Amino acid sequence: MLKPIDVLMVGVGGQGTILASKVLAAVAQAVGYDIKVSEIHGMAQRGGSVVTQVRLGEKVYSPLISEGEADVILAFEELEALRWLSYLKPGGIIIINNQQIYPVSVLAGAAEYPQNIIPQVQSRGVNVQVLQALEHAIACGNAKAANVVLLGALAQKLPIEEKIWRDALAATIPPRLLEVNNAAFTAGFTAATSGTGC
Amino acid sequence: MLICESLGKFKFDPDRRFKILKELLSGNAAIARGAYEFGVTLAAGYPGTPSTEILENLSRYEGIYSEWAPNEKVALEVAIGAAMAGARTLVTMKHVGVNVAADPLFTVAYTGVNGGLVLVSADDPGMHSSQNEQDNRYYAKSAKVAMLEPSDSQEAKDMVCLGLAISEQYDIPVMLRTTTRVSHSQSMVEMGEPVAREIKPYSKDVKKNLMVPAFGRLRRVSLADRMARLAEYSESTPVNFIVPGNDKVGVITSGISCQLVKEVLPDASVLKLGMTNPLPVGLIKKFAAQVEKLFVVEELEPYLEEQIRMLGIKVTGKEIFPYSGEFSQGLLRTCFASAGVLPAQPKFEDPAKGLPQAPPRPPVLCAGCPHRGVFYTLRRLKLTVTGDIGCYTLGGLPPLEGIDACVCMGASIGMAHGIDKAVPELKGRTVAVIGDSTFLHSGITGLLNAVYNNSDSTVIILDNRTTAMTGHQDHPATGRNLMGQEAPEVDITMLCRSLGVKRVEVVDPLDISRLQEVIKAETAAPGPSVIIARRPCALLKREVKPAVTVDQEKCTGCKTCLKLSCPAISVIENKALVSADACVGCNLCVQVCKTGAMQRGQADA
Repeated sequence: MLKPIDVLMVGVGGQGTILASKVLAAVAQAVGYDIKVSEIHGMAQRGGSVVTQVRLGEKVYSPLISEGEADVILAFEELEALRWLSYLKPGGIIIINNQQIYPVSVLAGAAEYPQNIIPQVQSRGVNVQVLQALEHAIACGNAKAANVVLLGALAQKLPIEEKIWRDALAATIPPRLLEVNNAAFTAGFTAATSGTGC
Repeated sequence: MLICESLGKFKFDPDRRFKILKELLSGNAAIARGAYEFGVTLAAGYPGTPSTEILENLSRYEGIYSEWAPNEKVALEVAIGAAMAGARTLVTMKHVGVNVAADPLFTVAYTGVNGGLVLVSADDPGMHSSQNEQDNRYYAKSAKVAMLEPSDSQEAKDMVCLGLAISEQYDIPVMLRTTTRVSHSQSMVEMGEPVAREIKPYSKDVKKNLMVPAFGRLRRVSLADRMARLAEYSESTPVNFIVPGNDKVGVITSGISCQLVKEVLPDASVLKLGMTNPLPVGLIKKFAAQVEKLFVVEELEPYLEEQIRMLGIKVTGKEIFPYSGEFSQGLLRTCFASAGVLPAQPKFEDPAKGLPQAPPRPPVLCAGCPHRGVFYTLRRLKLTVTGDIGCYTLGGLPPLEGIDACVCMGASIGMAHGIDKAVPELKGRTVAVIGDSTFLHSGITGLLNAVYNNSDSTVIILDNRTTAMTGHQDHPATGRNLMGQEAPEVDITMLCRSLGVKRVEVVDPLDISRLQEVIKAETAAPGPSVIIARRPCALLKREVKPAVTVDQEKCTGCKTCLKLSCPAISVIENKALVSADACVGCNLCVQVCKTGAMQRGQADA
C-alpha cells in the first residue's frame, strides 16, 4: 500500500487555512482517496499559530503528521514556515508565502522576528517554493484570496489534474467570489510553474 | 456492517441502510449525525472545546429539540428527565464539564434510564484549549456506567447508535468519550436515513427513580447486576475485537491510539477496545495468551494498563509511553524502538537544525476587544485578580498580566472571597473577573455566598454578550437560544441585586478613566460589589470605526501603548505604528497614550 500524501497547512488565525484544507479535501474525495483532516479549534480566531494536517491516500489511519513526515508544507506566513519546518520530510517541499505577521511578543519588543527566514531555510538544502501570495491575491482583486493562490501552487506540486481542483473550488467557494478565486488559483499555479515564484 | 445489528432489540430498518452516501465529517459532526439517524429526541449541553460543534451541528437537523443549558449539570439533568420519560437523549460537554455534571451522573447510574441516554465527554489530551488533561475514562469506572471510545468519525457515529442501544437494553447511561483528535479530525462517514423518533412509554416507578436510601440500596444491587451483564456483553460486542497479526507483539489500545498503532505497527496483533467500561476480561486474557510481548498504548492515565495488571497479566505501558500530552506516530515509533520492537529509528535530520527559534505566537485578545482595558487597569492598580475560564484568561499573559490565577468555571468569585476573608492585607485589594456566560454557568452561587457571608470582595463581570472563546454560542442573557429562536434575556444587573448585592455598577469598559474610578470606589467600599463591564465581543458586533493614527512628532517611543497587548500596535524604531488593517478604532490606546500621539481616526470625508 502506498504511503499517504501528507500536507501540513500552517499560518496565523484568520489567514484562511481552514478553507484551503476544505478545498484540498474536496479534491481528494473527487479523486477517490481516503482522507483525514485534523485541526485545532478554540484558539484559532485569536491570532494564534494554526495548523491543519491533511493526509490523503489509499487508506489513511492516523489523522496526524509527525516531525519529518510532511510531503508538502504550505506555509501561509514566514515565521510559521520556520516553526513547522521540522515536519518536512527529506526531499519534501515547503511552499512559503513571503508574508510576515508579527506575533504580540515581537510587537511588544519581547522577542525578535527572525531575519531572512526564506534564505535561511533555502540554505538548509530544503526544497523551497516562495510565493508572493498576498500580492497576487490583491492583483486578482481580493487580498483574502491569498489562500487560494497558495492552493494553486500546491496543485502544481501534486499529481492531480487541474479540472478536479477547479470543480472543488466551485463546490467550496461562494459563486460571487469564484471568479476572483479562480484567477488567484491560476496565479499561484503559474507562479509555481515558472519556478521563480514571483 | 453496522454495529447496532448485534443488539437484537434495537429497531433498525435494514432496507434503508443500502443507500450509502459517504461524507467527510468531523467526529463532532458525525456524533450529531448519529443522534439524528438513531432517534434522539432531545439534546443538551454547555459549550466547551472540543465538544461544542456537536450541538451546533445537531441544532440544524429538523425534528430534534436541542438546547444550551447554563452548565453541564443542568444539561445532564434535562437529559435524565427526558430519558426517564422515554426519549432518546444526547448530552455533550468537554472533559471538565463532567466534573460539573458528576453529581447527577453518579446517581443516574443507579436509577437507569428509559429512553437511551448518551453523554459525550470530549477529553483534551495535550490541553489544546483546556486547563487540565484529566482522563474521563475513570468517571465511567467510578460512576459505573458503560463507556465507548471511537477512533474516527465513522465509529463516532456508529457508537451513538450502539450507545443508545446499550443504554436502553441495560438500563444505564452510556459515556461516549472522544478526544480532541477524534472530535476535530475529519474522516469519511457513511450516511444513513433516520429511524422514526419514538418515545417509550413512561410509568411511575419510585423504587427505580426515587433515590431515597431505601430504594437507593436496591438500585445499588441492581447496578452491580447490570454492570455484570454489561461485562458479559463487553466480551462479545463487535466494538471489542482482535485484529490478527504476528504473535510476537500484541497491543491493547482504544480511541485515537488505535489509528496510530495501525500505522506504526501494521503487522502486530491488536486488541482494539471500543468499549472500555466494563472491560472484556476474557477477551483480554485470550489475547494476552496469544502474543509473546504485550503492550498497552493509551494516552494520559494507565487506565487499561492498571486493570490488565490486576488480572495478573504482564504488560508494558507507561514505563515507555508518556503520561501527558498527545501521542503521534513519531512518538510511538521512538517508544517501540526503545522497547526493541522496532529497529532503532534512523537519525532524524532536522531541516530546522541551526536555524533561529521561532518566537511563540500564542492567541491574544482580539484587536478591538472591548475588555482589554479592564486588564490594563487592574494591572495599573496593582490589584490581586482571580480570573475565570474563557477568552479572559488571555488577559493574564504578558504584557497585560491582569490576572493572578484561573482554576475552573466560576472559581474566581469564591477565590476572591476566600482571599478577602483570610488575608487582611489583601482586603480591598482583591477583584474577581468573570465573563457573562461563565457567571451564568457557575458564578451565581459564588456571588450568593459572598453576599451571605458578608464579603468585601469585588466582582467584575465582563459582559461581552456571548460565549466567545468557544465560537459565540448563545446563553441565557443573549436573548436567543441554540435553535435560533428568540428567548427571554436575563438581566444580569437585576440578578446581582436580587442576590443581595447592594452595589452594582454598569460601566463601559472602553471608557478607561471611568472604569478606573469605579474599580477604585468599589474595591474601597465595604460589602460585596459587582461591576458589570458591558460591551459586545469585537468579533460579534463588528463596528469598525476609523483606525487610530499616530502623530510621529508627539510619539516618544515610550511603549506605554504596548502594555495593552493589542495585535494592531507595534513600536518600530522608537515610533508607534498602528496597523490600519487590524485596528477597529476602539481608541483604548488613545486613552492610555501619555503624549497625545495616538489620535482618533477621522472618517474619510
